Amino acid sequence: MNIIVCAKQVVDVSEMKFDSSTKKPILQGVSQKISDIDKNAMEEAIKIKDKHGGKITVLTVGPANAKERIKELLAMGADEGVLVVALDNIDYHMTATLLAEAVKKIGEYDMILCGEASVDLFSGQIGPRLAGLLKIPQITYAMKVTAEKNSVTAEQNMGKNVVTSESTYPALITVTKEINEPRLPSLMQILGAANKPINEYTAETLVKDVKPVVETIDLKGVSMERKNVIYKNDLDESVEQLVNSLAKEGVLGG
Amino acid sequence: MVLVYSDNKKLVFEMLNVAVELGKNTKKEVIAVIIGKSDESLAREYISYGADNVFIAETNFETFKAEEYTDILSKVVEETGADTILIGSNKNGKELSARLGGILNAGCVVDSNNIYIKDNNIFAERVVYSGNAIAILKFNSKPAIITIPPKAFDPLKKDEKRKGEITKKKIEAEKSQSKILKVQELKSEGVNVEDAEIIVSCGRGFKNKEDIKLVNDLADVLKGKTVGCSRPIAADLKWLSEDHWIGLSGHKVKPKLYIAAGISGQIQHIAGMRDSGIIVAINKDPEALIFKSADYGIVGDLYEVIPKLTAAVKEKMG
Repeated sequence: MNIIVCAKQVVDVSEMKFDSSTKKPILQGVSQKISDIDKNAMEEAIKIKDKHGGKITVLTVGPANAKERIKELLAMGADEGVLVVALDNIDYHMTATLLAEAVKKIGEYDMILCGEASVDLFSGQIGPRLAGLLKIPQITYAMKVTAEKNSVTAEQNMGKNVVTSESTYPALITVTKEINEPRLPSLMQILGAANKPINEYTAETLVKDVKPVVETIDLKGVSMERKNVIYKNDLDESVEQLVNSLAKEGVLGG
Repeated sequence: MVLVYSDNKKLVFEMLNVAVELGKNTKKEVIAVIIGKSDESLAREYISYGADNVFIAETNFETFKAEEYTDILSKVVEETGADTILIGSNKNGKELSARLGGILNAGCVVDSNNIYIKDNNIFAERVVYSGNAIAILKFNSKPAIITIPPKAFDPLKKDEKRKGEITKKKIEAEKSQSKILKVQELKSEGVNVEDAEIIVSCGRGFKNKEDIKLVNDLADVLKGKTVGCSRPIAADLKWLSEDHWIGLSGHKVKPKLYIAAGISGQIQHIAGMRDSGIIVAINKDPEALIFKSADYGIVGDLYEVIPKLTAAVKEKMG
């Protein structure tokens, strides 16, 4: 079974700082990580490989330093990595186009696994876009995947319903965070990852003249101005003060 | 043409509001799309909420499957020459719109609640970085695909006298290689946190499933009767069903009063409740992040605070 796992390097939103006057996020210098849900996709790929054998390729479109992040996934258990080096300001159309071309370079595959969305922008576009470009079935929001020799079954969390779907190969599956608990690599695995191959392509060698169809013009800050009145002394007194404040705010009952 | 599609008719009513506005600005007609069995009464309803025309794409597909519906919708786009496509942002709608974007090499913005035209370009805004910023996005090419979440817009006033054309057409689509084996209702307690005016939420600070009764009691006296929770309670411990789950991948809520008890305040949770009117936090850790996002807070053991708060609210409200 040949599996491709798509992973994205993202800024760690919990470490993001904000400009005090404009409230705009400051993205420079924020630590980078693999988008959490992509690690769930990786974990699922390892489980499938454990059962059926085969090969796992990690595929990333991102800046040159994303190579370090790919190594984390190689340490988890991927066999090789592919990095498509692209500029920062690319859109989903460009990313999906580059991924599709890189998938063609990788060659034969049975399954592509992605996270349901990246934790920074949370659009969830890449999986379905890539499946559309490759003209293969997509099974989204999978919270359980059972891979058999000739077909894969998945339980999809579609909000109100759980939909159990089955597909032949090749298929693209996006997974939710609940599907598994990603493993932490051992020191030996981390050291071993250094010897696994990472193939690099530049965006231009894969696709000539691809332009963004959606452009990010600006990031507006969001002010989260709250009163921050914290009661921490005598409990009975605190409770009374809180209830009086809520009554004054007019939010009690009715 | 501005196309509007969702498998949820309420979302179509809401989206027609924006579609009419966009149509006015660009002098384009608004077409609501129905995929599946022909339903003329629904089509007339769409017209009464603002659609100029309704396109019924008749198919034999019984259930939604993204590959097939994308194929159908791309043919409707071709047929109508639509340059703006609004799709309801439920899970079906999101995977449909992204695949459609892939197939048409078109731009797509997911979950936008602000769409406008400036210098003949379509702009859409969406919340990014777990609610910490708003991205202003500009479409450079057509068609433009935008998904709109529930309650982002109010429906226009219904006008049953409005006239419009209903077009029916049989659309053939390629059958997908995947098939649906089973559809089961997700375990739910029938809670609708998105509509709630008052929500009391619980998080990891609770030690046992039974202790959630404390939250229930407080919600009861507040007459909100709505209990929410953070991710661990619904997704990991499964003490409450997912319809209670508030956060980035759970539900987004905006009640007038939101009480977070035993919730540390990770950004993913804040992203789901930041639009609430008044936010109250109860946590024993004075350093808990949740206090930064709260209007009022009590530092203390929730097992002591909640019963006292419940009693005090009861007394206050008589």
